[in-house]
Amino acid sequence: MSDEKQIVKILQGNEACVEGALLAGIRFFAGYPITPASEIAEGMARRLPKIDGKFMQMEDEIASMAAVIGASLTGLKAMTASSGPGICLKQENIGFAAIGEIPCVIVNAQRGGPSTGLPTKPSQGDVMQARWGTHGDHPMIALAPSDVNEILEITVKAVNFSEKYRTPVMLLLDEVIAHMREKVNIPSREQLEIIDRKKTNVKKDEFLPFKADEDMVPPMADFGSGYRYHVTGLVHNEKGYPTSDAEEIDKFLRRLSNKVELNKKDIVIKEEYSLDDAKIAIVAYGSVARAAQRTVKLAREKGIKVGLLKLITLWPFDDDLINQLASQVDLIVVPEMNLGQMVREVQRAAQGKSRVISYTRIDGDLINPIEILEKIEEEMSQ
Amino acid sequence: MKNVIEKYIRKEMFPHIWCPGCGNGIVLGALIRAIDSLGWEKDEVAMVSGIGCSSRITGYVDFNTMNTTHGRALPFATGIKMSNPKLKVIAVMGDGDCAAIGGNHFIHAARRNIDITAVIINNMIYGMTGGQYSPMTPTGKFGSTAPYGNIDQNFDLSALAASAGASYVARSSIYNPNQGTRFIKKALSKKGFSVVEIISDCPISYGRMNKLRTPVKMMEWIKSISVPKKTWEKLSVEEKKDKIPMGEFLDICIPEYTDKYKEVCAIAQEGGGNE
Ligand SMILES: Cc1ncc(C[n+]2csc(CCOP(=O)(O)OP(=O)(O)O)c2C)c(N)n1
Ligand code: SF4
Repeated sequence: MSDEKQIVKILQGNEACVEGALLAGIRFFAGYPITPASEIAEGMARRLPKIDGKFMQMEDEIASMAAVIGASLTGLKAMTASSGPGICLKQENIGFAAIGEIPCVIVNAQRGGPSTGLPTKPSQGDVMQARWGTHGDHPMIALAPSDVNEILEITVKAVNFSEKYRTPVMLLLDEVIAHMREKVNIPSREQLEIIDRKKTNVKKDEFLPFKADEDMVPPMADFGSGYRYHVTGLVHNEKGYPTSDAEEIDKFLRRLSNKVELNKKDIVIKEEYSLDDAKIAIVAYGSVARAAQRTVKLAREKGIKVGLLKLITLWPFDDDLINQLASQVDLIVVPEMNLGQMVREVQRAAQGKSRVISYTRIDGDLINPIEILEKIEEEMSQ
Repeated sequence: MKNVIEKYIRKEMFPHIWCPGCGNGIVLGALIRAIDSLGWEKDEVAMVSGIGCSSRITGYVDFNTMNTTHGRALPFATGIKMSNPKLKVIAVMGDGDCAAIGGNHFIHAARRNIDITAVIINNMIYGMTGGQYSPMTPTGKFGSTAPYGNIDQNFDLSALAASAGASYVARSSIYNPNQGTRFIKKALSKKGFSVVEIISDCPISYGRMNKLRTPVKMMEWIKSISVPKKTWEKLSVEEKKDKIPMGEFLDICIPEYTDKYKEVCAIAQEGGGNE
């Protein structure tokens, strides 16, 4: 990136999310106030009207999610933001976006749960909700940045993925990075890769709204553009009409999940630190990955060969990546601000090739680098 | 008449799922005639529904259509209208859809006075799920979940819409489809949130449990409870009890939401507000 057009600002995580979203082309936002996500709505309320974008405060999170989907169907890139209780309410309509293949981004600034839980404390308790919160087999992309600068970058990616794969994407923040202020590089739009949904170009009477291309994604048409079609939450055929034909049902539902699962190579974003010679690996995500990066440094100072695999894409989950890592190291430590949600995926993918242990914290405090190191040393002494 | 309907339906979606004698088809006919009489292009119409027998309407018409989630037609429609105000947006809902699970959205769509026309097919029962009582089932009537008679009070949806901030509110019934067509046409032409409630039948569920098993009996019953608004106003409280007033209840011009939002954009772009 050239430095010329890049602006550097001190921003809060939620503000960085707004910047990233607007750069990526978000022009519709609907939300409902909730800590620790409200600053995203406030930012959008200030910024969108200036660029002829649309901001709405809806009557609840269900309505916000619905409005976002309606907006996206007319061709606008659309986003909502909330936290635990609100994300629960959005789930039914997230399923609708998944089956209707309507691009949209849901920001989840995670707080402790269940229920009202810990509104002002960080948590990673929604990792599984992000994947399986809405019922039935469905595709899901979930991304978890770990600092403020990365929030901007990954928000752009979240919007891009939603457009490219015509699917809801959840951006998982947590209370700490959502509210923390850090130095952020704000790139210009030209410096970024911005992806817009594929539009159909077939004759109007030949348009099959849910007929996928080779990449498993059907080209889209905006409501009002002259391509009239039906969008339904019922399982449907390529025409978009409800079907009870077993073959059509199977084909549709498999394609729906596969367009994300089989495009994993494109969707999985990760970072590796000091893994080359590592005998012990930390697998971490979100703000915990940041602490883990420091743990690596501290451990190496003590001569312990620790490396870090930082997952930014949590869903789809990259089994191969973990499997290879498990073949290389003797021990994988998975620190999380929940009672061990991602560790199960890691254990499953490791297939017993290395020991996988969990380190958890749910008291509303951050996991610090020294605790992770202590956990590693404790395991080494056993 | 037939040609008008054929012009707008998706023939490949037929046969439809509705039971013989169901009022949904009558409302569909009224809706189509109203749209046709306005000369709107199919491309500029977006029709959104929730979930229920009545909500299946969107599958059968050749517009930009969406069959959404139960109760949520209005917020989906709101997103569409807000994003593309040029579209003529219509939300079709059942009484359970609109008044129970979607009740809050109904109130807030009216409060915003967003330019959407809500058509409520009020058959006073949950049809699709087999006849459970809805917020519109009259007190004392039966449903599969009210085998000893419904003790809930039923809503007056039209009064609710009028007091929540809508621009146009009217009620008709499938017994009087020409009136229904007329009201829908007026509602569609109205800039602002407009509501047309159509009292309908469900011989299969409502009729079966309330000694009105045939479509004809249901029609006669609907006729017997319908009273023109003017007549209704003169009735005593006791006489009003089992009757439903029909007619136009509200027709006003107040600022519409997407227009007001344009002003917001203008203020923001001129550097105004409290920023
Ligand atoms: C969230 C949710 N809850 C419940 C249902 C089940 N359900 C489907 S249709 C329906 C009621 C439909 O009644 P109404 O809206 O009055 O429409 P009608 O079928 O009578 O036309 C219900 C409860 C559902 N689909 N979604
Ligand atoms: S169950 Fe009732 S509302 Fe549903 S199609 Fe049959 S008659 Fe109509």
